[in-house]
Amino acid sequence: MTDDAASFDGELVIDVEGLTKSFGGRKVVDNVDMQVAKGEIYGFLGPNGSGKTTTIRLLCGLLTPDAGHGTCLGYDILTESPRIKLQVGYMTQKFSLYEDLSIRENLDFVARIYELPNRHGAVEETIAKLNLTGRADQLAGSLSGGWKQRLALASCIMHKPKLLLLDEPTAGVDPKARREFWDEIHELAAGGLTVLVSTHYMDEAERCNKICYLAYGHLLARGTATEVIAQSGLATWTVSGPSPRRVRQLAHDLTGKSGVDMVAPFGATLHVSGLDPAALERAIAPWRSDSDLSWRQDEPTLEDVFILMMNKAPDNFS
Amino acid sequence: MMGDRFNLHRLGALVRKEFIQMRRDKLTFAMMLGVPIMQLLLFGYAINSDPKHLPTAVFAQDHSIFTRSFITAMENTDYFQITDRPETREQADDLISRGTVQFVVQIPPNFSRDLVRGADPQILLDADATDPAATGNAIAALRILATTALNRDLTGPLASRIQAASPFDLVVHPRYNSENRTQYNIVPGIIGVILTMTMVMFTALAMTREVERGTMENLLTMPARPFEVMLGKIIPYIVVGYIQTALILVAARFLFDVPMIGSLLLLSIVLLIFVAANLAVGFTFSTLARNQLQAVQMAVFFFLPSILLSGFMFPFRGMPTWAQWIGEILPLTHFLRIIRGILLKGNGIADIQMDTGAIILFFLGATLVALNRYRQTLD
Repeated sequence: MTDDAASFDGELVIDVEGLTKSFGGRKVVDNVDMQVAKGEIYGFLGPNGSGKTTTIRLLCGLLTPDAGHGTCLGYDILTESPRIKLQVGYMTQKFSLYEDLSIRENLDFVARIYELPNRHGAVEETIAKLNLTGRADQLAGSLSGGWKQRLALASCIMHKPKLLLLDEPTAGVDPKARREFWDEIHELAAGGLTVLVSTHYMDEAERCNKICYLAYGHLLARGTATEVIAQSGLATWTVSGPSPRRVRQLAHDLTGKSGVDMVAPFGATLHVSGLDPAALERAIAPWRSDSDLSWRQDEPTLEDVFILMMNKAPDNFS
Repeated sequence: MMGDRFNLHRLGALVRKEFIQMRRDKLTFAMMLGVPIMQLLLFGYAINSDPKHLPTAVFAQDHSIFTRSFITAMENTDYFQITDRPETREQADDLISRGTVQFVVQIPPNFSRDLVRGADPQILLDADATDPAATGNAIAALRILATTALNRDLTGPLASRIQAASPFDLVVHPRYNSENRTQYNIVPGIIGVILTMTMVMFTALAMTREVERGTMENLLTMPARPFEVMLGKIIPYIVVGYIQTALILVAARFLFDVPMIGSLLLLSIVLLIFVAANLAVGFTFSTLARNQLQAVQMAVFFFLPSILLSGFMFPFRGMPTWAQWIGEILPLTHFLRIIRGILLKGNGIADIQMDTGAIILFFLGATLVALNRYRQTLD
């Protein structure tokens, strides 16, 4: 995790305020502000149904906000969405290339729609970069999940966009493919591309320059991973016991005690967290002296912070 | 619209993509070619009905109590409704050619004089027999009428004329389809029916498929304009429509010996308008349907009245007025008149301009709705 935000020249690629969107009377995105600087990898986190996809769609002009305003790549998101579209690469959550077209036909279609100069060259170069030269005439639908994801990414950077919007790009992809995918994202960002990526994976969140956390339409936290953890004010103790059974028993006993906001088992250990450090210490005091258990004050993880936020967030869907 | 304008290259890309997808989908491709042939063979059979109040023009060159009684008697059969009284033979021919009337009754000069003299005068009935089902019963009724209509007027010295088999001769002249072959009517109609069914359904499906498979989201983020996407969907199916028409016309010629009197060029121009109207409907459905099943249901919803109220299944003039009004809205109704007119009557532009205009109106209306419904966004 590198906090190199200061090295960005400050030019904002995304700068929006008060974005709001309702579907059927429910505010799916509520008053969201977002600033993303050029060259940043901006992680977008939040539980399912928290409004991540809707926010991304609002940014690239696929949806019109009910309220709010701002710019994306310097263009007004309300009135200049065709201009934004020309310079944005958007990778949808679901594979959205044509499964009944071959790899080459799909890329060729995209190249034609964007009217790329030297279309044939651009297509063949992309195929070669993907290492798919021998399989270019295979139907896209017959590719495995990892390959589909690589093809989708390749197709949305073919027109050399300035901003890449990735909506849960690595869902259902194996760890090695995920690692390679992120290596490529970093390489693209190094080349000056700005990336906004939504994800559920904490390890991916930690590979972002900045993150924000969205729950039930509200933006709850933003900054670097370290800042988000620090801002949360969460205190965490890690406790390990002699047997899984003992740890489970302890988890049961601690849950709901005043001062204890969250109890989460991690294999043989337990993370016990609270927003008030003093109250938390009082709550765990009776078990501190237990010689079977070893207690250690710990840094909360990003995951602890997010789960806590999720529990606290007013759920306007229930 | 905002931003940059219509672009032919992007349209080309969309059309090209659609053709590749069409080729990949073997079942749909087979249906596009197989359905017309199948329907053609199935509908080779006649469907009959008994329409009444058929519009009739009376071209009377002789006015007397006899002619008035005859015309009244005709109207009393309920089969005929006198709508026009042309002054010349040309006017009468024009009326039947345009399809304004189904029959022209010509009462020759000196009819009454010849009747009184016992010279067996003739009444000439021109029937538009493109649809034999629509005219058959009316003609039969008229033949009976010929023997009895004037009985009341034949009094005194003329009473002896009643004894004759018929005081005058009724000469029936079925025009355009003198052999009364139903296939002549059905087969050109099938072109319209097939086009309505396949064009509406395939466009509705093609668009909904994009939405259902998630590819629409991708298409919307790309710079393609709504009008380009719509045309890109429509053009490939216009080509398919022409191939279907060619198939049916060949079959009509060689399997059913359907005459083709009029201009095939004129037909293919009107065909374009008709196909476009149906595609616009399909496109509108695709903007309303949430999935492919709904798209099919909507297509059927449009197809049923088209086939039932257009005059394909049942003679148009046999339907109640409200049904005729609905029928008048549907493009198939007008296309049936046009294609039968061109193939069987040899109609030219002047004869089909009203019906063509009706289809163009429908097309404009449907396109307006479609473009209004299709959004550049997902909301």
